[in-house]
Amino acid sequence: MKDFRKDFPLFTNIDKQGRSIAYLDNAATTQKPYAVLQAQEEYYKNKNANPHRGAYDLSIEATKVLDDVREKTKRWLHVPIDGEIIFTKNASESLNLVAYSYGMTYIKEGDEIVLAVSEHHSNLVPWQMVAKAKGAHLTYLYLNEEGRITLEEANRKITSKTKLVAIAQVSNVTGLVSPIEEIIGLAHSKGAVVVVDGTQGAAHLAVDLENMDADFYAFSGHKMLGPMGIGVLYGKKKYLNEMPPFLYGGDMIEYVEEQSTTYAPVPQKFEAGTQNMGSIAGFGAAIDYLEQIGMSQIQRIEEDLTRYLLERLSSVSHVNIIGSSSLENRIGVVPFVVDGVHPHDVVTILNKDLVAIRSGNHCAQPLHSFLKVPATCRASVYLYNTKEDIDRLADSLKGVRRWLGYGA
Amino acid sequence: MELDELYTDLILEYSQSSAYKKPLIQPNRKMRGVNPSCGDNIELELKVDNDIIQEIGLLGNGCAISQASASMMAELIEGKTVKEAKELAKTFIGMIQKTVTNGEELKILEEARAFQNISNMPARVKCAVLSWHTLEEALGED
Repeated sequence: MKDFRKDFPLFTNIDKQGRSIAYLDNAATTQKPYAVLQAQEEYYKNKNANPHRGAYDLSIEATKVLDDVREKTKRWLHVPIDGEIIFTKNASESLNLVAYSYGMTYIKEGDEIVLAVSEHHSNLVPWQMVAKAKGAHLTYLYLNEEGRITLEEANRKITSKTKLVAIAQVSNVTGLVSPIEEIIGLAHSKGAVVVVDGTQGAAHLAVDLENMDADFYAFSGHKMLGPMGIGVLYGKKKYLNEMPPFLYGGDMIEYVEEQSTTYAPVPQKFEAGTQNMGSIAGFGAAIDYLEQIGMSQIQRIEEDLTRYLLERLSSVSHVNIIGSSSLENRIGVVPFVVDGVHPHDVVTILNKDLVAIRSGNHCAQPLHSFLKVPATCRASVYLYNTKEDIDRLADSLKGVRRWLGYGA
Repeated sequence: MELDELYTDLILEYSQSSAYKKPLIQPNRKMRGVNPSCGDNIELELKVDNDIIQEIGLLGNGCAISQASASMMAELIEGKTVKEAKELAKTFIGMIQKTVTNGEELKILEEARAFQNISNMPARVKCAVLSWHTLEEALGED
């Protein structure tokens, strides 16, 4: 199999003991291949002008980069003809756009917003804001013993009072894939719109927005090999066209008079100010890189790694996987705890072996309260990880309890 | 900083100490301190009578460093006046921020000086100072 690590300059950094990092925090952000870094540099070296502004060739070229990456994103996600792609800073901004523009306009007093207790704060806190401002109610989908959202639970909670459902395609803590199409179908049958946080989904699964039928779908470029500072919001045009702008200013207008303004059509209406063009160019290169390998091939590679990760974690005594330890409907994100050792101490100890995982609440405090664990460790893989990275994690974990004064 | 300098016997002993880990019956000061990035969460309860810190309760949970630091803090401030406790907090936080380095000034921290080296471990600084910041908030401004 191809050694993907060679494409990523960060892995050429070697410490005094000849080790490169065993980077297993891919759910937080991913490393960047040369192709992405080069595309960013190429944009600023040879194509940089302000898109949409200049009538000269260079500005037209910059505009073409923006348009091309938008078209590429649409193809990659199978965006239907009645949908549009808006560039933002990250998934949080995408979700805030929906909350402020759609939520604050259409959610009314007494309406219900349904969300999963496992949502990342970025798809939870904005809805709390909307609910408070509008006098709406938040209703949570709770998880079964495996950590999964079930259709029975969705059927109980999504009712004719539900106006909006906010749900992640894949949990950033449990790594479990939600029955997203069924939930969307159910929500639509009750007249609710569905806002999908696709941050973990887009990076690891083949996404087909036409089939999924989400009304909004948000994710970040930096969790799928792209640069930081670029996010995506997909929306159905029937909503986007009617929604008020989120940010006001340059490049989102049609006519501006002293007392009033008419706005540019979608997507420009939601892209005020100069966009992060270097990151957009890099994001386009990230899609190319992923497409060249193929999302189904990436899923196969990650399934192998995830199987091995689950096996190795299960084999270390005093390590307990939180939620499901099955491979079914999951990506390579695995939360766990070590008996008697706080996750923050685990991460400090692993760090000495140049193994990087995440500890804490992973921006999902309501989930941790629901699971009744104060914090967890989380290992997460991407296509460039190797079984050796996972061996290093497991070996380092074996030594953790000794540092805290336990016999083994 | 090496791990054996961090997880010393002293720090491990205090991190597992349950001496103050019980709710007070009638606390008159309560403050919650959280470190959202890693999930440390402490609730400090104090009973202050005649300007003296009579009783301390440490609830919540956190990593070994935050727990050890909180236990040492509780031991240090028990029986002290509010002013003395504030001085201890200022000195401890100053030690971690490297603004107080004079050995004489640090003496009042007694065993809590074991945390001095943590100033070289940026990822753990917040754990060590969490309980002390919470104490400062609980005691309020002068």
